[in-house]
Amino acid sequence: MNVIACIKRVPDVSEVDVEIEPSGKEIKKERLTFIINECDNYSLEEAIRIKERFGGSVTAITVGSREDEEILRRALAMGADKAIRVDFDLKGDSYTIARVLSEVIRGEKYDLIFFGALSGDFGCGQVGAYVAKILGINCVTFVKRIEYLSGFIKAYRELEGGLEEAYDVKLPAVVTIQTGINEPRYVSIMGIRRARAREIKVLTLQDLGLKDIDIAPKVKLERLYLPPPVKAAELIAGTLEEIAMKLVALLKGKGVI
Amino acid sequence: MSVLIVAEHRKGEIRDVTFELLSKGREIVKAMGGDLYAVILGKDVMKLAKSIAEFADKIFVIEDERVENNAEAYVRVLKRLVERISPKLIIMANSSFGLDIAPCLAMELDIPLITDCVGLKFSDDKLIATKSIYGGKVLADYLFDYGKTYFVTLRVGEFKVTYEKGRGEIEVLPSIVKEEVVNKRFIGFIEPEKGEVDITAADIIISIGRGIKEKGNIKITEELANTLGGVLACSRPIVDYNWLPKDRQVGSSGKIVKPKLYLALGISGAFQHIIGMKDSSLIIAINKDPMAPIFRVAHYGVVGDLLKIVPELTRMIKESKGIK
Ligand SMILES: Cc1cc2nc3c(=O)[nH]c(=O)nc-3n(C[C@H](O)[C@H](O)[C@H](O)COP(=O)(O)OP(=O)(O)OC[C@H]3O[C@@H](n4cnc5c(N)ncnc54)[C@H](O)[C@@H]3O)c2cc1C
Ligand SMILES: Nc1ncnc2c1ncn2[C@@H]1O[C@H](COP(=O)(O)O)[C@@H](O)[C@H]1O
Repeated sequence: MNVIACIKRVPDVSEVDVEIEPSGKEIKKERLTFIINECDNYSLEEAIRIKERFGGSVTAITVGSREDEEILRRALAMGADKAIRVDFDLKGDSYTIARVLSEVIRGEKYDLIFFGALSGDFGCGQVGAYVAKILGINCVTFVKRIEYLSGFIKAYRELEGGLEEAYDVKLPAVVTIQTGINEPRYVSIMGIRRARAREIKVLTLQDLGLKDIDIAPKVKLERLYLPPPVKAAELIAGTLEEIAMKLVALLKGKGVI
Repeated sequence: MSVLIVAEHRKGEIRDVTFELLSKGREIVKAMGGDLYAVILGKDVMKLAKSIAEFADKIFVIEDERVENNAEAYVRVLKRLVERISPKLIIMANSSFGLDIAPCLAMELDIPLITDCVGLKFSDDKLIATKSIYGGKVLADYLFDYGKTYFVTLRVGEFKVTYEKGRGEIEVLPSIVKEEVVNKRFIGFIEPEKGEVDITAADIIISIGRGIKEKGNIKITEELANTLGGVLACSRPIVDYNWLPKDRQVGSSGKIVKPKLYLALGISGAFQHIIGMKDSSLIIAINKDPMAPIFRVAHYGVVGDLLKIVPELTRMIKESKGIK
């Protein structure tokens, strides 16, 4: 089976303060570290496992800048056969990205196209479904488990509260992958370094025959801003011992201990 | 200017979020004028339609079992309705169901879609949708230009339910689906497995997130849980990593808990997590990051390293209880 995995590089903001650029359209990126979007890592792993089991190829594609090639090298180190980057600075929305990706995918062989269920930065959950519509193929979203059968897959979609629903889906199909579907393999820094020697195919919008009008965004980002400080938690501070003591007193006061 | 909300139901029941959609829709038509429409599609939905009709001005009922659990057919039927009544705004839930339907419908209708909105208002005749992005650390205002149909999905649990009433008309429409749509075939629901521990029954929950860093560190939180007579629960990544079983997961795709004490350790406070624990009586969060969104729902917070604080806390609780 030939699998395409569309992957995105996102900033890891879980332990840092985020600041907004004066333009109000972007966050300050200089001091942030970047990672592969969490669900995209699971989808890459899933793609590579399919290749290992059934043969075929894995192609990783990202739309982005030169720095974003880092995740493509990671994909190659994990076991992808081919890596493609569309050189585009991401001024656009999910629709724009989907149009660009669709054009790249049209030129490739595929049985399955994997996306992450959501991107960790903007969390739109749109790109995969849009690509399926543009290419006119089946789509199944939020998938937590897949069984591979001949000509079709059994896909288990995740619903709320731990409930799942199962579908038989004819191939080719777009599948958007949810975290936890597998255990992504460890990729060493050395492995990623070695992948530097491998080719990353770089395409421009021109190469794809796309004009600005074809990929004009459907929605307009007006401004980014920080959420207002709302009724925040009452903070407990001090030395380690003081903090523990205050917590014990609090738990006693509330009748927990 | 009319608003259309798509009622969400599953296994013969209306889902709570439908009332959130109706409430937001009502707020908008009150401000802008126009009707609040609802639509319900599926098998045997008349009874469900009647139970929510009073909150809409008109509810369209399209009975067709072929659209039940069939996104492709569902989108076809919905598309035809939208073309017929031309609402200015379509609202769906940002649920697993909503996100399966909305992008396809938006593409079919060639209209803009903004998913996962936490705010929605009109200003100078322009619709502004607000998204909460970068793990809740940033807000983003998006603009739809005037003239088209707008389409949004609303974050579940974010909007207040008001139960304001409308005219309550019911209109039954035929389905336009002619034959079975079969490229994707629904097989069935799979219920979550019942685990050994029911965290929803616990009074004291010690909940861990990715801040625990390594599987081996879980034992320090386990010891705290044992000392307090509570149970261990967690955020989703801990289950994704197979460090704790799925039945311990708190949040939208896990369990909803309301214990007397919820101690959140190294959990950032993504909305999918918050929705599962926000109604706990006492929420204490320990997190290294002072900007972590968890501090917005916690009653008390400690900015610090859980790996240091937890053992110290356990020691002192033991001491105060006279346990060696
Ligand atoms: C459809 C869908 C459904 C989902 N359902 C759920 C759900 O049911 N439940 C759920 O929890 N999530 C759910 N999620 C995932 C959710 O979006 C977040 O990714 C997840 O909740 C993050 O978990 P976390 O807070 O443990 O990790 P992170 O967001 O990575 O946060 C880790 C936190 O630990 C802190 N930290 C790090 N080291 C330390 C230390 N030494 N001491 C103290 N603090 C430290 C950091 O500052 C950070 O705030 C869902 C996502 C999707 C897309
Ligand atoms: N710039 C991009 N390049 C490649 N894939 C992308 C890009 N942006 C989004 N995707 C894919 O689309 C998925 C969902 O993104 P979103 O619709 O933004 O939530 C991601 O998990 C990726 O698989």
